[in-house]
Amino acid sequence: MTVTAADLRDRVRALLAAHPPATTARADFLNARFDAGLAWVHYPQGLGGLGAPPALQAVVDAELAAAGAPDNDPRRIGIGLGMAAPTILAYGTEEQKRRFLRPLWTGEEVWCQLFSEPGAGSDLAALGTRAVRDGDGWVVDGQKVWTSSAHLARWAILIARTDPDAPKHRGITYFLCDMTDPGVEVRPLRQITGEAEFNEVFLTGVRIPDDHRLGEVGDGWAVARTTLMNERVAIGGARIPREGGMIGRAARTWRDRPELRTHDLHQRLLDLWVEAEVARLTGERLRQQLAVGRPGPEGSAMKLAFARLNQQISGLEVELLAQDGLLYDDWTMRRPELVDFTGREAGYRYLRSKGNSIEGGTSEVLLNIVAERVLGLPAEPRDDKDVPWKDLAR
Amino acid sequence: MTDLLYSETESDLRAAVRALLADRADPATLPARLEGDGPYDAELWRALAGEIGAAGLLVPEELGGQGASHREAAVVLEELGRAVAPLPYLTSSVVATGTLLALGPSDPAAPLLADLAAGRRTAVLAVPLTTGPGGPVPTEGTATAVADAALADVLLVPRPDGLYAVDAAEAAVRPQTPLDLTRPLATVTVTPTASGTRLADADASRAAVRAGLLAGAGLLASEQLGLAEWCLEEAVRHTRTRHQFNRPIGSFQALKHRMAELWLEVTGARAAARNAADALATGSPEAPLAVAVAQAYCARVAVHAAEECVQLHGGTGMTWEHPAHVHLKRAKADQLAYGAAGHHKSALAALVDLPAPTP
Repeated sequence: MTVTAADLRDRVRALLAAHPPATTARADFLNARFDAGLAWVHYPQGLGGLGAPPALQAVVDAELAAAGAPDNDPRRIGIGLGMAAPTILAYGTEEQKRRFLRPLWTGEEVWCQLFSEPGAGSDLAALGTRAVRDGDGWVVDGQKVWTSSAHLARWAILIARTDPDAPKHRGITYFLCDMTDPGVEVRPLRQITGEAEFNEVFLTGVRIPDDHRLGEVGDGWAVARTTLMNERVAIGGARIPREGGMIGRAARTWRDRPELRTHDLHQRLLDLWVEAEVARLTGERLRQQLAVGRPGPEGSAMKLAFARLNQQISGLEVELLAQDGLLYDDWTMRRPELVDFTGREAGYRYLRSKGNSIEGGTSEVLLNIVAERVLGLPAEPRDDKDVPWKDLAR
Repeated sequence: MTDLLYSETESDLRAAVRALLADRADPATLPARLEGDGPYDAELWRALAGEIGAAGLLVPEELGGQGASHREAAVVLEELGRAVAPLPYLTSSVVATGTLLALGPSDPAAPLLADLAAGRRTAVLAVPLTTGPGGPVPTEGTATAVADAALADVLLVPRPDGLYAVDAAEAAVRPQTPLDLTRPLATVTVTPTASGTRLADADASRAAVRAGLLAGAGLLASEQLGLAEWCLEEAVRHTRTRHQFNRPIGSFQALKHRMAELWLEVTGARAAARNAADALATGSPEAPLAVAVAQAYCARVAVHAAEECVQLHGGTGMTWEHPAHVHLKRAKADQLAYGAAGHHKSALAALVDLPAPTP
């Protein structure tokens, strides 16, 4: 039977009646919401959902927000919600889904992602972290990098090499890694902005039981692709109003400080305003397509467009600020829990946005994806596909 | 909420126009048609304007039109842009028709409007093609670079005391040699003593001309979108099959990244053009903003796509035989049409409160 918006409103009312937010502890309310199938309505029954169309989630969220109910602070647990959960749902055993999805959704357990390595960035499938069979489990050794939330995380999604003799895509296995294992060492990685959003993670003799393996041995690349597809949806998908994002900050400075205006900056600002508005409309068009079930390939375009826009607009803003553009708000080393690309001052935005064309797939890799999967252009010839991983140059 | 998608009716209309153009105006045959008696194909115009009914899309049914909107006309223009079809659709069925419609129900304009809607006659606004909405409109002397004037039956002439409909026979129309051979240009001189029908006073004329040019600029974005799309498809088709260095040249990242960048631009152009068409169709107060954004963006995209199409075809792109140059010339001329980027950016600066520096 199909779940309707009216059904969901009934269920929300029943939840609120049985667990009034004003008198219910946050964790209890979130667990009750999970039990009621209102956590993520498109998930299966018993796992926090009702098998409803994903578009109906907005109905639930709006009703609960109007009632003043606590949420699961999705920005703090974005990697769990956006990447680990859909992968566990797609590839997990029944036991794994029951064990992990509830505390992941309520935020009791934070997740991080152990994918990239110093020697495996765009060529992620070349990764060298080893997982070796040891009785009924695995022992993992290696180094991961660019791990946000690693210092807060209870669990990690991890890909490691289990067969060095197989070609690189075929010798990888996907694991759920306990971040409290004594072999896990997390070090902050200080970045261009002065702070450390990310970490390096050193894995030394980390023990993972075989029932924390996700998918078949050697099938980790296919599992990881599920994770990565969800990452790009998460990065490109946010809805923004006109002058939302960085262009709004630059426009406000322009309006507030007429003494800074020059003709050169004026023309460049107007060009970027147009670009930002067109990017916003492109995103809006993509959402309209999704709403009627005709997803277009615009999703991959959005991340590329926003990376470039963020960089150009914040760069212009530093110039616009003249003498103030020479200053920086704060170089103190910190480990922020949340990242706000439009937060802080122009200098920070200029530096942080340099990462927008690198994180979650570089712009160059995304252009290849557009060219090959959307336009149907032939791939570059390559000589790494059928060679055993151990024989590749590194 | 602005509807940025295509309805089923719009998709059906597109299919009909595309089939007609594939049959009668294949871009591959364009270069050969450009010389001689001129590029117009009167039969093709009759089929598009009359049989498909495209000329009357903006005109209400009670005035003899189809009672559709700018959204449908935009779809027609996407297809005309793909084929760079030399037809007076934008000039007569959008700008001149839009100008007359903006006058409101008036007896002197009604018979002309009905004829334009049915494709029985064509009319053009006798101002330079470069005139943008809200830009200065000459009301005396000779108008130069008037698009599609040589074939028009009627000229809409702004004069100091209002807007006149002048029979083409009463004006001196002298063809110029245009950069874009698919949109012929002419100088138009109407002697002060020529008769003609006065359609509106000076104030109403200014407002109507502005409205006609706004519709023209807004829907030109859809023509530019269609043109850019064709150029990208042609570049992809060619580089997938053309081999050098024992590989299809489209496999080189240096080339495929350029086409991926173009795809991003075309994707943005589609959103901007649909937004402008929808705003014009609904009479939204945001229409001037939507049009300014669409023109500031789409004009550049069309030129970029046409330039890349020439370059990615290598030597073939430089030949008269291949239609890439026809698209390039149209794209470049379109960049100046109905207000260049500077005109639309100035309009935008006022509309969104991003003022220029004070001297």
